[in-house]
Amino acid sequence: MTKLTGAQIIWESLLREGVQVVFGYPGGAIISTYDALPDYPIRHILTRHEQGAAHAADGYARASGKVGVAMATSGPGSTNLTTGIATAMIDSSPVVFITGQVSTTAIGTDAFQETDTTGITLPITKHNYLVTDVKDLAHTIHEAFYIAGSGRPGPVLIDVPKDVQNGTTEFNYPVGPVQLPGYHPRNQQLAHDLQTAIELIDGAERPLILAGQGVIKSGAGAELLAFAERTGTPVTVTMLGMGGFPAQHPLFLGMMGMHGEACANQAIQQADLLLAFGMRFDDRVTGDIDTYALGAKKVHIDLDPAELNKVIPVDVAIAGDLKSVLGQIIPRVAPREHKPWLAQIDAIRQDSKERDILTHDLKNVLVGQYVVRKLWEVTGGEAVVVTDVGQHQMWAVQYYKYNKPHSLISSGGMGTMGFGLPAGVGTKVARPEDEVWVIAGDGGFQMTMPELGTVAQERLNLKIAIINNGYLGMVRQWQEMFYDRRYSATPILSPDFTKIAEAYGIKAFVVKNPEDVVPTIEAARQHEGPVLIDFRVEKEENVFPMVPAGAKLDEMLRREKA
Amino acid sequence: MGKSRVLVVLVENKPGVLNRVASLFRRRGYNIESLTVGHTETTELSRMTIVVNVAKTSADQVEQNLYKLVNVLKVDDVTENAAVTRDLALVKVQVAPETRSDIMQIVNIFRAKVVDIAPDSMIVEVTGSEAKVDSMVELLRPIGILELVRTGLVAMERGVGSLGRVNQSGNNGHRSVPV
Repeated sequence: MTKLTGAQIIWESLLREGVQVVFGYPGGAIISTYDALPDYPIRHILTRHEQGAAHAADGYARASGKVGVAMATSGPGSTNLTTGIATAMIDSSPVVFITGQVSTTAIGTDAFQETDTTGITLPITKHNYLVTDVKDLAHTIHEAFYIAGSGRPGPVLIDVPKDVQNGTTEFNYPVGPVQLPGYHPRNQQLAHDLQTAIELIDGAERPLILAGQGVIKSGAGAELLAFAERTGTPVTVTMLGMGGFPAQHPLFLGMMGMHGEACANQAIQQADLLLAFGMRFDDRVTGDIDTYALGAKKVHIDLDPAELNKVIPVDVAIAGDLKSVLGQIIPRVAPREHKPWLAQIDAIRQDSKERDILTHDLKNVLVGQYVVRKLWEVTGGEAVVVTDVGQHQMWAVQYYKYNKPHSLISSGGMGTMGFGLPAGVGTKVARPEDEVWVIAGDGGFQMTMPELGTVAQERLNLKIAIINNGYLGMVRQWQEMFYDRRYSATPILSPDFTKIAEAYGIKAFVVKNPEDVVPTIEAARQHEGPVLIDFRVEKEENVFPMVPAGAKLDEMLRREKA
Repeated sequence: MGKSRVLVVLVENKPGVLNRVASLFRRRGYNIESLTVGHTETTELSRMTIVVNVAKTSADQVEQNLYKLVNVLKVDDVTENAAVTRDLALVKVQVAPETRSDIMQIVNIFRAKVVDIAPDSMIVEVTGSEAKVDSMVELLRPIGILELVRTGLVAMERGVGSLGRVNQSGNNGHRSVPV
């Protein structure tokens, strides 16, 4: 049998894991692996920074449901990945990171571009490896893909020293399931817990479903819909749960939490039963935990047992795959309607409609909310929306309606500014047939703006909407509300984004007036290729409702009625 | 503050596993009182005894988070189980002619051993529960302790049951779901 180099084994192994595309950036300690790349039918996308490669692989994973792959060199290559690794970790996104490392003989000597990559990434990966023998490379890659994609997904990093890439061995790719003595992702719910949950559901008068990203990761959308309709239970979602339940369904209340819908937050506080499905009671969705949903019994279903009773003590905790657990519960619960409860929620919803900024006179004022709403209307809700982090992100969640899973790609737990454009690259690569819109603020966009070069080089038909208000808007909003309007370090100068885009050969528009929004979005959609639109919006517009940090969930700051 | 919980943890004997466990405790803010690690009856496995200062509910969190480490096979909270727990201390005591017999008396009462003797000092080795070691140390303190080292707790459940006897699925029927 012919022997292969470690570099060849990496690509052979990736092929066997079904990998079609790798996002990366070459360098000295990974050059041998890049040298072997042209011999393999794998598309490599050169980003402009390793952080971009990490977010692109993460976006690819979120948009496709498959494991994403990012590659970088040692030292600064791997440290530049870390923001992207941490972002993938906290949002449970399956990405395999392959990094070059100095030779095994040089490890520990402070060699050129040596850094302790496995040490640095230990707390921000689901698992990581330093491969010190080329014979371990193939099975390590096999394990890494299995760990990244199974159970609660997450990033796995493989650090490969240069002499391991250059070493040779016989290549035998492991077949069949991975056997790891300490890793057994599986269901473990107990029959009596299910029975207790069913009794609580049947006995509830004011039940409410809190649906998180677990619905999407588990593929439990159909089960969630069936359960909600059978039991007449309204549904509110976390930001990452958006798309797990059809947004235009009458039982849908929208997002919960800090910038959630008033009716959702009120419903949580007034409910007598909370059904938490695949979510983790993040502080951005609970507000003050000591006053959180005190009148409600709580049932929590999550794949990760460490999420149960972590933040909010619950009455029934079920560790298991949501699709499977709901599948067992649905036939055993009684059909219900809960009309008085839904009427109670609708009254709050009606009040919210009257407070909506879109009911105000916006003839001569361009606001981000209006841009997002028109984008939703023009695209018929069929686009995949990739956001950056900040005010525009909240508007993208509030004013676009997501009816399908994997249609909103956003950094939730980490709130990583700069995520939007590179994640948009990964999303468009994963789903070339779908219309993909990046919505970013002028601040976050500038953090990873050089990835426009990647968009141009790969000729990605990506549409970019910058909600440009001249401020780091979310921080400015906090300064306005809680720091006596001292706008410390939040005014931000931007270049002429259209000129930047045009320098890359990307078509660009500026929109300053509401009447130009729809025609410009339409023009962008007509153009076969990337387009950037710079929406110059109202500078000091705020995101409402808002639960101030640490406040009771139903003590929201609201917009005045028009 | 909760009381101390004693966790016995079976891990793969691989480089970096101690670092993974220590890193988990550090980043989740769990306070380690003592941690011992050593070989087991199986060469592929190491065994840790971790004493952690947390309430019962957090001890469950510690346990579930340990299971998320890919190299952790089994976690047992033996705090409330019938278990043998042992701590070993070496105590170097200052010796004067008038204190020598007091020291020897204390050594005998605690069934400790004198393992080194010099003209004006001796090293006493004592093994037992943490409480036993604590009380002997307190009795020796007024006489003059020059140096003290303790291994930290090791624990083993009584009876025929065995933490190391991991079945083929690897989880010993325990609710081990590292995800």
